[in-house]
Amino acid sequence: MIEGILIGLTTALTLQNILMVMVGCFFGTIIGMLPGLGPMTAIALMIPITYGFDPATGLILMAGVYYGAVFGGSTSSILLNAPGVPGTVATSFDGYPMAQQGKAGKALAIAAWSSFAGGTLSAIYLLFMAPSLSKVSLSFRSPDYFALMILGLTAIAAFSSKGQFLKAMMMVVLGLMLASVGQDSLSDITRFTFDNMNLTDGISFVLVVMATFAMSEALTIILKRNDPTSAAKQVSLTELGSIKINKEERTKMYKTIPRSSIIGFLIGVLPGAGATIASFLAYGMERNVVNDEEKEKFGKGSVNGLSAPETANNAACSGSFVPMLTLGIPGSGTTAVMLGALLGFGVQPGPRLYMTNPEIFWSIIMSMYIGMVILLILNLPLIPYIARILAVPKNYLIPLILFFSVTGIYVMSFNNFDIYLMIGIAVVATFLRLYDFPMPPLILAFVLGGLMEENLRRSLLLSNGSWEFLWDRALTACILLTTILIVIWHVYKTMFKKTKN
Amino acid sequence: MNINTTKIISLLFFIFSAFYLYTAYQIQVFAFDENAPFNARTFPIYLGYAGLFFSGLKIILPEPNTIKVDHKNLEYKKTAILIVIAIIYGATILKVGYFLTTSLFLFSSYYFLGERRWVLMFLLSFPFVAAFMYLLHGVLDIYLRDPFLKSIGVMG
Repeated sequence: MIEGILIGLTTALTLQNILMVMVGCFFGTIIGMLPGLGPMTAIALMIPITYGFDPATGLILMAGVYYGAVFGGSTSSILLNAPGVPGTVATSFDGYPMAQQGKAGKALAIAAWSSFAGGTLSAIYLLFMAPSLSKVSLSFRSPDYFALMILGLTAIAAFSSKGQFLKAMMMVVLGLMLASVGQDSLSDITRFTFDNMNLTDGISFVLVVMATFAMSEALTIILKRNDPTSAAKQVSLTELGSIKINKEERTKMYKTIPRSSIIGFLIGVLPGAGATIASFLAYGMERNVVNDEEKEKFGKGSVNGLSAPETANNAACSGSFVPMLTLGIPGSGTTAVMLGALLGFGVQPGPRLYMTNPEIFWSIIMSMYIGMVILLILNLPLIPYIARILAVPKNYLIPLILFFSVTGIYVMSFNNFDIYLMIGIAVVATFLRLYDFPMPPLILAFVLGGLMEENLRRSLLLSNGSWEFLWDRALTACILLTTILIVIWHVYKTMFKKTKN
Repeated sequence: MNINTTKIISLLFFIFSAFYLYTAYQIQVFAFDENAPFNARTFPIYLGYAGLFFSGLKIILPEPNTIKVDHKNLEYKKTAILIVIAIIYGATILKVGYFLTTSLFLFSSYYFLGERRWVLMFLLSFPFVAAFMYLLHGVLDIYLRDPFLKSIGVMG
């Protein structure tokens, strides 16, 4: 391993590669900040450029863009409540309320430090645990994945908002229903398209996230303009606040970061799971482990609530490289794009990558650490400037959010049907938000819909249509048991609180 | 009688789930897949039942925290205008082109939100869109079809 680290350092610390990490982080942050343009778009745009370099340099550049875009996504989540990527949706739960309280600078600083710590810790985990973790990944089968997704969806529904479990579950089902539109992945049979060709490929993730977050957020702001309670909130948005994190907040982060980084990394390692589940689970777990007083602050600007998903999503980014590099299975949509690029270089990812291209494997791991340092150096001094987005008057900010939303959708498909669909979904989402129907469960369900169906399909076909696969394997049974416990615990807590009140 | 809006939304979701379930049963599958343990309609059918179950529960169970929305304070008119502007934007972008439609979309949105600083409104629409278009088209090489700019000879 020492030899591998040295090979990685030698490759990653060349002037060209350090420059690539810096360029990648910078452009990634800028692109990631724009709602609708997430790491996938950013990396896809970089692919033609990387073909001019050797595979290691190309991948280092893409990895830099990835981290930068994830951090940039957090920035737009915190400042605009418009997450460009699903992995930063959970960041907006507490980041945005904190910004509304005039602590935008602090929220961004907490996000930057948490991202740095999460990414760094997971790069260390990756260094020491990559070989054995690939075995853990291999042991996961379709029933386990299916159970894990049920757990993720139940957890987010249970923890999304107090006393809204059924509403959240309705949103989960709606998200899964939206994901089922389009061609069936195996048989190519079209479903719920109503003979409309524009729906054959399904509804794009960016469209749904833009409609339910960015556009509906903009519409809600206009709708509640004269509402005395929300007017007070808008005024406080103009206060940028300090980026200094006080001792009490640091203490909270010291506890949150290690546990969230472990969750993030482990979830990131699982193929297909990625930063989204990691950030939601870390958020849910953090809410469970803190005391009642702190728990009340969740969703209202909690330091733990912001630090946990930020740590986890960055840790998962590093973790998602494990299945891609060691098994050739992408851990997330973004690493799937990178996998395509890797194949374009003529490099075959898999267990043999260690032996055939050790410089690629180890230099990516080493560049992760360098990337985290550069991202921190780049972003902390820029926070006061980034946060100035908040100072833009609402009369300009709202049209600009709408502009980035519609442009993001139009540039993806050059099709006006997508614009109409986005407007329709945004109007429904705005109405649902008025009555406290939470949107994050819908987004997570939408992202997981296809994977969930795929894993259920495999599980049912293997078990000949029997649902026994749910308890046949100890691992599946354990995950399902955890899900049941979460529901029971949630119901108990709600009833107990009611009786107490 | 005071009708709870959350219950009405749940009822609408119940009806929607019933329609979804009906449509799921209508999905045509291959003959050899008809009796397979899993086919293209299996997952949607489960989802339809799940939708009926959760919305049904929401309708039946008592509502602990009734959410009251003060409709008098909501700006329905401006919101509707912005939605209409966005629909017009969608209807014209392919025919007119990205530059003019997007610039007018931004300019009219600023105007209807009450902005009257004309110079700033202009700067944050036409030149702003031009710069953004240059970034997409010129730097990132994303082709943007624009009949208007083509007709005046700006774009090839």
